[in-house]
Amino acid sequence: MKYLYYPGCSLEGTALEYDRSTRALFQALGIELIEIEGWTCCGASAAEAESDLLSYALPARNLAIAESMDDSVKDILVPCSACYLNLRRAAEETRKNPDLLKRVNQAMEPEGLKLQNAKRVRHLLDVLVSDIGAEGLSDHIHSAMDQYRVAPYYGCQCLRPYAVFDDPEDPTSMDPLILATGASVHKWHMAAKCCGASLMNIQPEIAQEMVAAILSGAQGADAIVTVCPMCQMNLEGYQNQISRSAHQDLHRPILYLPQFLGLAMGVTPRELSIEMNLSRVSAFI
Amino acid sequence: MKTAKRATPHESSDALLAPIREELRACIQCGTCTASCRNAHLMDFTPRRLWRLVLTGNTEEVFHSRTFALCSACYYCTLRCPRGLPLTEAMHALKRAAAHADIAEYRPSARFYGSFLDSVRRHGRVNEMEFMRRYFILMKNPAIPIKFTPLGIKLLRKGKISVFPDKSKPEHPLDQIFRRVEELEKTK
Repeated sequence: MKYLYYPGCSLEGTALEYDRSTRALFQALGIELIEIEGWTCCGASAAEAESDLLSYALPARNLAIAESMDDSVKDILVPCSACYLNLRRAAEETRKNPDLLKRVNQAMEPEGLKLQNAKRVRHLLDVLVSDIGAEGLSDHIHSAMDQYRVAPYYGCQCLRPYAVFDDPEDPTSMDPLILATGASVHKWHMAAKCCGASLMNIQPEIAQEMVAAILSGAQGADAIVTVCPMCQMNLEGYQNQISRSAHQDLHRPILYLPQFLGLAMGVTPRELSIEMNLSRVSAFI
Repeated sequence: MKTAKRATPHESSDALLAPIREELRACIQCGTCTASCRNAHLMDFTPRRLWRLVLTGNTEEVFHSRTFALCSACYYCTLRCPRGLPLTEAMHALKRAAAHADIAEYRPSARFYGSFLDSVRRHGRVNEMEFMRRYFILMKNPAIPIKFTPLGIKLLRKGKISVFPDKSKPEHPLDQIFRRVEELEKTK
């Protein structure tokens, strides 16, 4: 099995460990990831706040490059939920709206790129759940994680607005993956509630309250697992300030899902770059 | 974008809201959007009220509201709207219109997103250090970088960001596509 791979900007910087653990996990699964050559930013939450056309053209550029690569590989795997939504939105909306497709292609003309919508955009979690699944995973499980209780955190943009692989209101797709490692699932109501996203930078007090509610909901869990670099950063980057403002200890280990699954598969903490996480993850090293 | 022409007060009023109004015409004011919004309690107008103000042409109140700047794009309202209206997209459209009209209340957000895109335009991928530095300079308020210092130190220690840009990283400038988008949006 092979996938085209779009890491996105965060995975080269603040979420380096998400990139490394994703690559390590797929290597252990025997699946090849082929990085899109010369990929560029998807526009994040910035392009849509400045220019409508740019918010389609920036992701479309990456889709068009992907189309010029290996014909036999149809799916683009995206670990970042914000990148995933931008790429998916560009694909879905240009498919529905020929006029938009024409304008996007005009924008890419000087670079000689053209979008034909020949590839599918898939979130990392979608691939893990739908293509590999608990059964595919269980063959590779080496170290039982049965001492851990794990809170699955989905955030928003891998679920909404495009409901592709899970219930966008009450997601459960991570449960079988976590159970396959031997760990138990922490049942909670915050799994699909927003972490504040880019509000953390512009209105930090507000976003930190949003994160405080999520961390409170995870009391009793040994770790929260995430599938988005923005969620990860918001949940783990401010735990000192949040605990101080809430007058209670809200510190909680936050792991990327590939890190947790990787550990269960016997991949070393070093290969999964767990020491790069910002939360207190020493129990997992 | 940095070369975008600022709208005059007259232009900034109704013309910028007209396309959004068109999208929201079928709103029945049921309030499902407000009930679904994690940030509604912090907004001066709830999402439902904001849509009503858009529909009735209360341009000034809409633009000076903090509601759309507080949208964190969770897409719950879009998912649940019984009329299937693109409400999160409408929030984005209001952000674009407010940035275009240079509304004072929205300036911090506009500068944040603008600094991000400038970095992307130059390098193809965002350079987090450069973009935040640019944002701090534009904001001219030393309290803002101080708030980010604890996180910045953690990220530097972990080697996730560096003070100086990594010259070995490949560059993919996007000036062509940015310029072409600006031309196309002018002619639309």
